[in-house]
Amino acid sequence: MRPNYLVQPRSIMEVALFIPCYIDQFYPDVAKATLELLEKLGCKVSYPMDQTCCGQPMANSGFERDTDGTTRQFIETFKNFDYIVAPSGSCVLHIKEHQPAISEQEEEQKTVQSKVYELSEFLTDVLKVGTIEGSFPHKIGFHSSCHGQRGLRLSSSSELNEAPFSKAKDLFAGIKDLELVELSRKDECCGFGGTFAVSEEALSVQMGKDRLSDHLSHQVEIICGGDTSCLMHLQGIAERNNQPVKFMHLAEILNQAIS
Amino acid sequence: MSSKESILSSIRELNQVEKPLPDLPHFESAQDLVGTFQQSLQNNKGSVISALDLTDLVNSGAFPKVFSGSKLIPDLKTFELPERGTDLNDLDLAIIDGQLGVSENAAIWLEDENLGLRAVPFITQHLVIVLEKSKIVGNMHEAYSLIGLHHSGFGVFIAGPSKTADIEQSLVIGAHGAKSLRVVLV
Amino acid sequence: MSHPSQAANFLKDEKRAHWHDETLWFVREKRDIASKNIPEWEELRKLASGIKDHVLSKLDYYLEELEQKASANGIKVHWAKDAEEHNEIVWSILKEKKCKAIVKSKSILTEECHLNPYLEKRGVEVVDTDLGERIVQFLKQPPSHIVLPAIHLKKGDISEIFHEKLQTEKGNEDPVYLTHAARKHLRDKFMAAKVAITGVNFAIPETGEFVVCTNEGNADMGVHLADVHIACMGIEKIIPRRADLGIFLRLLARSATGQSITNYNSHFRSPAPGKEIHLILVDNGRTKQLKREKFKNSLKCIRCGACMNTCPIYRRSGGYSYGSTVPGPIGSILSPGIDVKKYSTLPFASTLCGSCSDVCPVKINIHEQLYEWRQEITKAQGWSTKGLSMKMANGIFTSPLAYKISGKLLRASLKNLPKSVIYNPLNAWGKNRDLPEVPKESFKEWYLKNRS
Repeated sequence: MRPNYLVQPRSIMEVALFIPCYIDQFYPDVAKATLELLEKLGCKVSYPMDQTCCGQPMANSGFERDTDGTTRQFIETFKNFDYIVAPSGSCVLHIKEHQPAISEQEEEQKTVQSKVYELSEFLTDVLKVGTIEGSFPHKIGFHSSCHGQRGLRLSSSSELNEAPFSKAKDLFAGIKDLELVELSRKDECCGFGGTFAVSEEALSVQMGKDRLSDHLSHQVEIICGGDTSCLMHLQGIAERNNQPVKFMHLAEILNQAIS
Repeated sequence: MSSKESILSSIRELNQVEKPLPDLPHFESAQDLVGTFQQSLQNNKGSVISALDLTDLVNSGAFPKVFSGSKLIPDLKTFELPERGTDLNDLDLAIIDGQLGVSENAAIWLEDENLGLRAVPFITQHLVIVLEKSKIVGNMHEAYSLIGLHHSGFGVFIAGPSKTADIEQSLVIGAHGAKSLRVVLV
Repeated sequence: MSHPSQAANFLKDEKRAHWHDETLWFVREKRDIASKNIPEWEELRKLASGIKDHVLSKLDYYLEELEQKASANGIKVHWAKDAEEHNEIVWSILKEKKCKAIVKSKSILTEECHLNPYLEKRGVEVVDTDLGERIVQFLKQPPSHIVLPAIHLKKGDISEIFHEKLQTEKGNEDPVYLTHAARKHLRDKFMAAKVAITGVNFAIPETGEFVVCTNEGNADMGVHLADVHIACMGIEKIIPRRADLGIFLRLLARSATGQSITNYNSHFRSPAPGKEIHLILVDNGRTKQLKREKFKNSLKCIRCGACMNTCPIYRRSGGYSYGSTVPGPIGSILSPGIDVKKYSTLPFASTLCGSCSDVCPVKINIHEQLYEWRQEITKAQGWSTKGLSMKMANGIFTSPLAYKISGKLLRASLKNLPKSVIYNPLNAWGKNRDLPEVPKESFKEWYLKNRS
């Protein structure tokens, strides 16, 4: 079943979906939204079934050297695709920067690394969708994940003296009735940080609470982000404290907005 | 092996490849040098006064002990500097000439020849620096290219009165050095 | 104690921790405004980084040039391979001058060398003259921040200790009143000290001079009133040319406090007639760090403290949670080089958010080095992934083990286990956070059913 094309693509792009393991297990709706959105925007999408974890949790805990296996698996699974797209800045950054070098597969590895894109990056820079038309009548706060923002440079950093930009905001620009709030601290970390969330539990939770209160003080209905891991952390705190706010991945909002 | 040799040899044994030293480009600065300087000085909690104001200040009697080393404004009340800085603990007002000023931050360059004694601009309760308007440059790069490698045993950029924010980030003027800085532009 | 437990302690007083966070964020915001006023800011950072890279690549050459030019200027240059030798050199000068009381302006290096206790043991009164440092010295604490030593204290705390030490009015918390009381107290110390110690911000081989920056003027008050000035510098403080100061002085204060320049920027080239200047060049582990390819550019640091002000961890855990002389992100990449065991938790005290690297005026890739230290530490500590997974087992999600076992099993257990088991006190995730609702099928299962 093919959905309607809302945007005419220049040519059909063949895309492999890379779904981070925790999204696969806990947030299948984010994966479905990513799949449907890419299809609506004219891509031919496949989901290689052999994919596993990218190895990031191990590497960030100091065991990059033990991620040879997952890295080989990743290269094997994805090497034959033109584009690999994931709804996660964090996992994409890991593939690009923290995969251990795999001997005798250096060229293949480099090629794979250069073909991996975070979703908003792919839509903006490769598909060049420009403005997406649709409607989403809600007040949302956007949480920039640090790995997406400062790692992949998906948006400008408040630390740098550069012209402000945001790929996610560009994608929202054509969506009717979507109100995006300006946060007081534009791009502070939410405190997830992978294993940090448990090894530094007290700090992690405090950072999450602070991030939430920035969003809530601006009366947002929905906190949106490009990394479900950050959202999972924030949502966990919000629910524990009965704070009335919803969480949606960028893919879910875009997919809903144009349907 | 001496410590010097041991430090140097542990660097040398790394056989590092020399990385290039970047050239320093020219950076544009403010058009209105004097106006920007005044604004910067104000931001630093200093103020600009006129030569007339200075005379009034000196004659006001508010400053019992005044030292002037200024050549730009001659004939001001002054006294012979003692040999030791510690003998200046009761100095109320010091007036000295600056060599050049920087509009981006109101820093004023002073050398030994301006100070008489190095302690003067620090130990005095209040400081006045006389500066020629024509000696104001745009930024620190221009300042250093004017200063060049000229040898003075001591040189200092002073940009305002002594200040601190060490108590709960509240700005307080007059930590150890001069409690005020007035600049006379001539 | 490890960073996590120290941080948890700090956060117990939630209100005060929040105040600490806000206070430092305020400094970060001032820094943002100041840096954005300079159109060429990013170019200045690049230049500063390049100049420092160059210096480190021929540090031996520049150290010798510095010694030669400084000596020709009449400065006595000493070399110290470690903290002990540094302290001995200072002590030998004090003994020669029969000096029993000194004033000292801010120097992180002397903190690193533990100079104060060394001298105090030998009967020397050391007075730290920076207001913040004097406050923490009264309290027998180390600085909690390299630029703002007493940033962890509230004015009530300071009022109390000043009442005790300086007999200020009880309960008077006015910063102006307290600062002026310190001014009076420290003036007496300045008048009496025959020897003054300072740190060094920059040393210039080209001219054989060194530069000391302060806002209070305490370094200058000390050295110009004393007969002998001892300046202590790490060997990495060199920048080659005087003109390079134009770059670094524009970056330093803006990054540190958001000022356009520090108030007093003193260039010491020759001693005043009848006086002495001693310059001590200290290694204390720096050549070792230079040897570590992945970590050597941590030596570019100019000690502005911007990475502390921006760090969401530092702001919420305080300087003491790091247990190292230099706290915060930069400290977490410098300290493991000094003692990898003692400081093993520091590189993990980060979410790798990268704010430190973007704020750094000399572009040190701090967060990348934190990541690299993690790899080194697990090796050095002999930690295995199995050990870690045991440690993290209570984390459920983040456990590497969780990814190895079937996701289905995991989801099933989360669904079927009673809440009391999932949210037991050992489960660090669930202590203050709910777990996501467990979906009935994974994406993979859905895809198999619907799409293939």
